[in-house]
Amino acid sequence: MSAPPSFEVERWTTASLSSVVAVALMIAVLALGPSYLSDNAIDKLTTLFVYVVLATMWNALAGYAGLVSIGQQAFFGLGAYFAVRLADGAIPVYVALASAAALTAIVSWPLSYFMLRLRDGEFAIGMWVVAELFHLLVNLDPLIQGETGTSLVELNSYGAAARHAYTYWMALGGMSFSLLLLFALLRSRTGAGIQAIRDNEEAASSVGVAVAQTKRLIFVLAALGAGLAGALWLANAITFQPKTYFSPQWTAYMIFMALVGGLGTFEGALIGAVIFFAIEALFGAAGVWYLIGLGATALGFALFLPRGLWGWVEARFGLSLLPVGYRLRLKRASSSLAETSRLGAQQPRRK
Amino acid sequence: MIWINQIVQGVLLGGYYALIACGLSFLFSVMRIVNLAHGSLTVLAAYALFWLADRFGVSPYLGLLAVLPAMAVLGWLLQKTILERSTRSGQLVPVLSTFGLAIVIDNLLFQAFGADTRSLAPFVGSLSYDSWDLSDDVSLGRLALITFLTAIAMLGGLQLFLVRTPLGRAIRATAEDPDTVGLVGINAGRVNAIAMSIAMATVGVAGFFMAIRATFAPYAGAAQLLFAFESTVIGGVGSLWGTLIGGIVLGVAQSLGAQLHPQGFLIAGHLTFLAVLLARLTLTARGGRLSAWIGGAR
Repeated sequence: MSAPPSFEVERWTTASLSSVVAVALMIAVLALGPSYLSDNAIDKLTTLFVYVVLATMWNALAGYAGLVSIGQQAFFGLGAYFAVRLADGAIPVYVALASAAALTAIVSWPLSYFMLRLRDGEFAIGMWVVAELFHLLVNLDPLIQGETGTSLVELNSYGAAARHAYTYWMALGGMSFSLLLLFALLRSRTGAGIQAIRDNEEAASSVGVAVAQTKRLIFVLAALGAGLAGALWLANAITFQPKTYFSPQWTAYMIFMALVGGLGTFEGALIGAVIFFAIEALFGAAGVWYLIGLGATALGFALFLPRGLWGWVEARFGLSLLPVGYRLRLKRASSSLAETSRLGAQQPRRK
Repeated sequence: MIWINQIVQGVLLGGYYALIACGLSFLFSVMRIVNLAHGSLTVLAAYALFWLADRFGVSPYLGLLAVLPAMAVLGWLLQKTILERSTRSGQLVPVLSTFGLAIVIDNLLFQAFGADTRSLAPFVGSLSYDSWDLSDDVSLGRLALITFLTAIAMLGGLQLFLVRTPLGRAIRATAEDPDTVGLVGINAGRVNAIAMSIAMATVGVAGFFMAIRATFAPYAGAAQLLFAFESTVIGGVGSLWGTLIGGIVLGVAQSLGAQLHPQGFLIAGHLTFLAVLLARLTLTARGGRLSAWIGGAR
């Protein structure tokens, strides 16, 4: 064993290739959903897609950019509000829903210059203050009628079946778009920077990662996602009550999904969303005890398994299904025992 | 004259905000922890006092004798079970764990006490509405004044404690460098648990005043947390006297905002908070002493 160990860099493995193909196939099958699923199932799946968007985007923000925000309901509510506003202004309702998400992202851009100056816990509650402010300002709009709220009546121009199907497709499209965008971003040069920031901000900065711009990009992306989710939720629920949309419970859900699935892993947010969806379906009727359980579970994961279920699987089995990093595979005589170690994801969290 | 009254009431309200911010600011400055369960713990203390008064007829003043030590013990337990472990995993985990804790506390309170709003005002005689009229427009509420003085006493007392006593010095040293203090014979874990106990006792006092001055309900914690946080940040993180100033700035802004517009109370407060952030941002970019003053001791 005197020769220096040779190694190869790999990104795709058989497992990850097949899982990406599986995801693509699943989305294709889901796209045909309205032709073979009941209205109820369509509604449920739309909800799941919104959860995936919320989980993925909060995970990008907290897991990758290290920005724990308790105020993402600011953008969730704003997305819904803009949709109501635009639809009232005689813009076709589904165009209004999509534009609302884009407008939310535009609002978040100047806001990032304020908020990203804050650190850690200050940023977390500072965003909550922003959400409260947006809530109060939206209440001032006469169209919203304060806490009474209003409805997206423009949706009535479609029949029930058509409306469900369109909303479903928009949610599916929005989710696929969010996932693809984030996947592509994380695999790009910027993505390497993002993952470096996740592992150690100071070190990333020292090797030339533009920390501030990268964080801003993620912040705006997360706002876009939350805004989209808010608009989609409105399309499904139809009624807009500011109190419901600007409630911190949305952020609580996002935290739960990202934390349980695995903070800072791409697969984790997806798994977290599915788990949350299942838990809600099973225990949602339990009311207060359900919420206590959610809070306690999030607390437990934060304390004992801060990298979540997928973080544990990844560390335990070295598995990566949707690869956004690179793996270093050592070549040995006995290739069956080849050890792999992931670059990036497996570093200990920064202090 | 109406404006003068608004400012006077705003300053007094600021005293209340400083009081509820006391524990948050103390933890923030000595342990670098933002406790997201701060508001919920304040409400928890209020419910404990209410429960004693309503169920057993214990006057809230006597109730404090039981609730403050209980809060201190709770603080110790929280430090040992949740915070110590969270802080070891980085700066972000305490934010997540205390948020989870807040959700648990809020909903447990809802489960135990229902959605009804409660108040301790009926148990303290006429204290909640006594006042002195200074002129036709300006009057000083007795409770508001007592709250204000309590805030000064508590913040001042904590400041003196941190600067003058050996334990206070140990707490500051631990905040500075928890690893090195071990070398000079300080048990960092114990010191932090004591600091958390002290913070929770002040939260108990805050709960007492919150419950007397108005009504509260299980989910009232979030609003208390935001006011406390805004006071702390406006005044400058790391400075206890700054928190008093921050509370007053917030109170006056809200009071004037309410005078300007029916919805102006909260909006003015939040806008002031953001304006201070903006001012700090521009001044830090330029440097200078003013920014150091506004930014507080970091």
